[in-house]
Amino acid sequence: MDQQRLTRILATATTHILLVLFAVFAVFPIWQIVNISLRPGDQLLSSTLELIPSNATLENYERLFTETEFLRWIGNSVFVAFAVTATGVVLASTAGYGFSRFRFTGRNFGLLTLLTTQMFPATMLLLPMYIMLITLGLINTFLGVIIVYSATALPFCIWTMKGYYDTIPVSLEEAARIDGCGRFQAFSRIILPLAAPALVITALFSFMTAWSEYIVAAQILQDSQLWTLPLGLKSFEASMSTQWGLYGSASLIVMVPVVLLFLALSRWLVSGLTLGSVKG
Amino acid sequence: MEKRRLLITFFLAPSFVVLAGVVLYPFLYNVVLSFGNMNLTTIRHWDLIGFRQYVKIFTEPSQPDFYTVFWKTIVWTVVNVFFHVVLGVFLALLLNQKLRGKSIYRTILILPWAIPQYIVALTWRGMFNYEYGSLNIMINKYLGLPAVEWLKSPTEAFLACILTNVWLGFPFMMVIALGAMQSIPHELYEAAAIDGARWWHRIRMITLPLIRPIMVPAITLGTIWTFNNLNIVWLVSNAGEPADNTHILVSFVYKAAFNFYGYSYAAALSMVIFVILLLFSLAFLRTTRATEAAF
Repeated sequence: MDQQRLTRILATATTHILLVLFAVFAVFPIWQIVNISLRPGDQLLSSTLELIPSNATLENYERLFTETEFLRWIGNSVFVAFAVTATGVVLASTAGYGFSRFRFTGRNFGLLTLLTTQMFPATMLLLPMYIMLITLGLINTFLGVIIVYSATALPFCIWTMKGYYDTIPVSLEEAARIDGCGRFQAFSRIILPLAAPALVITALFSFMTAWSEYIVAAQILQDSQLWTLPLGLKSFEASMSTQWGLYGSASLIVMVPVVLLFLALSRWLVSGLTLGSVKG
Repeated sequence: MEKRRLLITFFLAPSFVVLAGVVLYPFLYNVVLSFGNMNLTTIRHWDLIGFRQYVKIFTEPSQPDFYTVFWKTIVWTVVNVFFHVVLGVFLALLLNQKLRGKSIYRTILILPWAIPQYIVALTWRGMFNYEYGSLNIMINKYLGLPAVEWLKSPTEAFLACILTNVWLGFPFMMVIALGAMQSIPHELYEAAAIDGARWWHRIRMITLPLIRPIMVPAITLGTIWTFNNLNIVWLVSNAGEPADNTHILVSFVYKAAFNFYGYSYAAALSMVIFVILLLFSLAFLRTTRATEAAF
């Protein structure tokens, strides 16, 4: 009996040690960002590791808001991200319902096509769209990036919505229609509220696509007035002597809200992913 | 019947129109482009030249070499996905038991997934800095080993990209695996315990086989994402440094398109990547028969 208890205690201890090790591995770069953002100007290129830098200061944060275009980048990013989110939610909630509830010619083909787009390398749509945007005069406009981001996010969002609608029994709509609801009312009053978790995932996914995108924005938004946050942050890193202090403080401000949002919604995100891919 | 058609149109037409404009049309345009000779100088008056761009990809020497980049991409994908799945499943096994502080561990371990990828890449790039990067400080000052030139030599730079990507990718697999494990009915483990099955046997005979149907699509998705992950390679290696030695296929195409302006060449390369991924997905899903329930 004692032998068994000992093994159990040992096993629990090992589990905790391993988990702590991996937790440190996971947190390390985040701690780096916090640390860099708190360093005073003369210690940015420090070659020691301290948990909190000596003479920790908030001057980088102050400089970020007073000496850089940070607020403008936030405004640009928020605008683009909300536009992409609105497009994603409206289109995916309706199209997902259509794919889930109706059988029509071209349905399977449509679904397969949406799935296939996930295999496109980034350049597959970016390059032709880039040339199209030049022709249409949409380079250096927000509309240009909003279009490309929607193209990236929409297929995934439609799949997620369709997968979720599939789990809602059709009998609910039938009951509503017996009670005198039209087909559309049954959708908007009964099904859409029930699909709230999937709508949240769709919104989060669309938002994150736009909020965290660098590669596309770098080609389309060349005018620094139009820069979104990723372009702004990259410019700190790319300048002759990297402005690590500004980079660190900006990164922290940019990632804290999305990280919190992500953590709060991560359970739903996962159920959406697995439903979307497994149950179809 | 007429009404039904109207409803279908109402629900699907808006998305169809948008997708036709932003996905279908660009895709077809890319196909046409790949048979042409468009570059920066011929952008206004380019011609169709058949399969010449494709022939060029496979037969003419390029900088960097196509086959080298191809094999690097395979190594990149296999190594990354291997570590994502192994670490992910391992951590999920640790978390899938009665444990104090479980939700705190889970939250911390998801963090790498939650952070925007470009911030991950730029931060790791800073950590790989020769003199001031925290990795070399640890290696040199605290372990007493010689500092590593992470970003200046081809092998190390590639390793740096892989390390970064392993860090950001394991939480996804962990969360998926944990979700799958929690849906396994408890009675199975109880029955196995009565039969005297040891810990490892229970994992091998119950846990692993039962999470497989959920892991297979997740691994397919993970493979595609990794194969196509432009962010990490591009930003960690700063566009392929040193001297275009750190490329996978997508970053190679991106460079060909937007730094060298070989539009048609890049379009053809995109097609090649797409076909590789399509064939892989079909083969992988067919052998594992995971799509049977998909429609």
